[in-house]
Amino acid sequence: MSEITPDLVRHLAGLSRILVTDEEVERFTEQLSLIVDSVAKVNEALAGVDVPATSHPIPMANVFREDIVEPSLTQAEALSGAPDSGEGRFRVAAILDEE
Amino acid sequence: MSELIRKNASELVELLKSGQVSSVEITQAHLDRSAAVDQDVHSYLFQNAETALAAAADIDRRRAAGEQLHELAGLPIAVKDNLTTTDAPTTSGSKILEGWVPPYDATVVKKIRAAGLPILGKTNLDEFAMGSSTEFSAFGPSRNPWDLNRIPGGSGGGSSSVVASFQAPIALGSDTGGSIRFPASVTGTVGNKPTYGAVSRYGLIALASSLDQVGPVSRNVLDSALLQDLIAGHDPHDSTSLPESLGSMADAARKLDVKGMRIGVIKELMGEGFQPGVMNRFKESINLLQQAGAEIVEVSCPNFEYAIAAYYLILPAEASSNLAKFDSVRFGLRVAPEGNPTIERVMAATREAGFGPEVKRRIILGTYALSSGSYEHFYGAALKVRTLIQRDFAAAFEKADVLISPTAPTTAFKIGEKLEDPLAMYLNDIATIPANLAGIPGMSVPNGLADEDGLPTGIQLLAPARADARLYQVGAALEKMHEDIWGKRMIDFAPELEVRS
Repeated sequence: MSEITPDLVRHLAGLSRILVTDEEVERFTEQLSLIVDSVAKVNEALAGVDVPATSHPIPMANVFREDIVEPSLTQAEALSGAPDSGEGRFRVAAILDEE
Repeated sequence: MSELIRKNASELVELLKSGQVSSVEITQAHLDRSAAVDQDVHSYLFQNAETALAAAADIDRRRAAGEQLHELAGLPIAVKDNLTTTDAPTTSGSKILEGWVPPYDATVVKKIRAAGLPILGKTNLDEFAMGSSTEFSAFGPSRNPWDLNRIPGGSGGGSSSVVASFQAPIALGSDTGGSIRFPASVTGTVGNKPTYGAVSRYGLIALASSLDQVGPVSRNVLDSALLQDLIAGHDPHDSTSLPESLGSMADAARKLDVKGMRIGVIKELMGEGFQPGVMNRFKESINLLQQAGAEIVEVSCPNFEYAIAAYYLILPAEASSNLAKFDSVRFGLRVAPEGNPTIERVMAATREAGFGPEVKRRIILGTYALSSGSYEHFYGAALKVRTLIQRDFAAAFEKADVLISPTAPTTAFKIGEKLEDPLAMYLNDIATIPANLAGIPGMSVPNGLADEDGLPTGIQLLAPARADARLYQVGAALEKMHEDIWGKRMIDFAPELEVRS
């Protein structure tokens, strides 16, 4: 059995910056428990086997290009999708809590 | 229905070149088709007839002026809505990006524009390509043209249904664990996931960066080959893009010869869990390939058993990181809670309102897999299984030039059937996921109708990395054998859709 509890789901959702309702916590706890039990199966494949990890299917290293300035987005283009902007910048809510 | 829209892309291209039909005529015929059927099929999230016709008229004018044009110039195309387009909203099927018009075109979109292919519209998908049915699209599911009560596959169900319902001759898709191939299988169409890095991912809204690949969708193998030849190639904007050319896929598709090729049947991807009608058609195709002179061998890939488990750790881990960019600051939705909230609370409220259930599940799962207490046991272990799967493929390709399996264990299921059961939904991709984990190319080709339900089945072809051409060679040869037996194309078995005026 997995260790997925409602409190853990709330904690993970917090780390993921997603508010979750009590109803979602209940549903995700149940569903994620089943999924986590199922994916833990990867460890069976590794019993008695020592292999390196593969993070990328076709390894490439040191992919460089010439250091030449190329056209990029203008400031207006970069800001064009922002929900709020002003003075050429993204405008956001307070960064720090009052406490 | 206009005769034009039923034609293969390769035929339309010939008609355009000889001047018998204009791009405006072909584009208009497809737009008319959408007006008649897309209310029911719901392949498109966005269409703009005006810009499509303007692009078509431009090509017609340039052709009339004697300009040297790309081979596919004037052929209209549909584009999956996780590829950025500067003249159309790009949502990736999510409320969080509703209405967003990107400031740049994806490289593949740039290429199709430069070649003169009018864009008919943006096609539906499961939110951020997470799903096998399009039911997780925030804008409602697409439907399977063979039976409107069934799913068209996912995530690229918009692109599969758009070609299966003759609303476009070809389309662009993306495939992270089967999102091109599974939809192709259940709609009687063709789809290819190229070798990882063969096609640029720049401007593809990332799901899992080590698995995602853009590829072609069509009704015919040669048509997919023509499209892959157009979109493939090195892109300095994508550091995982392969520097070398993989050659001409169209040339490979025109060979129509499998003599002497060694074709490996993957023992682990048949039998239990696979629908009898799917297996019957698959076995018939093995016989056809053998009769055509291919050598059939059995291969074993024992670690495929662990592929789904590894995939559902690696994908959520990468997705949880990739989707962190949807932070309510630079693009998309912003939802501010009451009072004077901090940016973190705005972010959490925005992501709560903007993401659907499957996206939330996978982000939370990925966060768990990467968290310090479980990293080794989950994400780390999954990366090692990835090595084992690559080794299974390497051993299999010692014995065979191409591997085959059914593309999916079943035909199209009913809308709603698996919606509340994530694990059942994940099983659809049992045969397609290994190729993404290993970075190799995989194609789904129509493989006849299942006995028990009369719905399309698909056969999957797999080749070593960079050997995409083998898939087109075997795929086109098998397609030709089928069409000779059936006396028509697979798509010609599809029932007529009800047309609205």
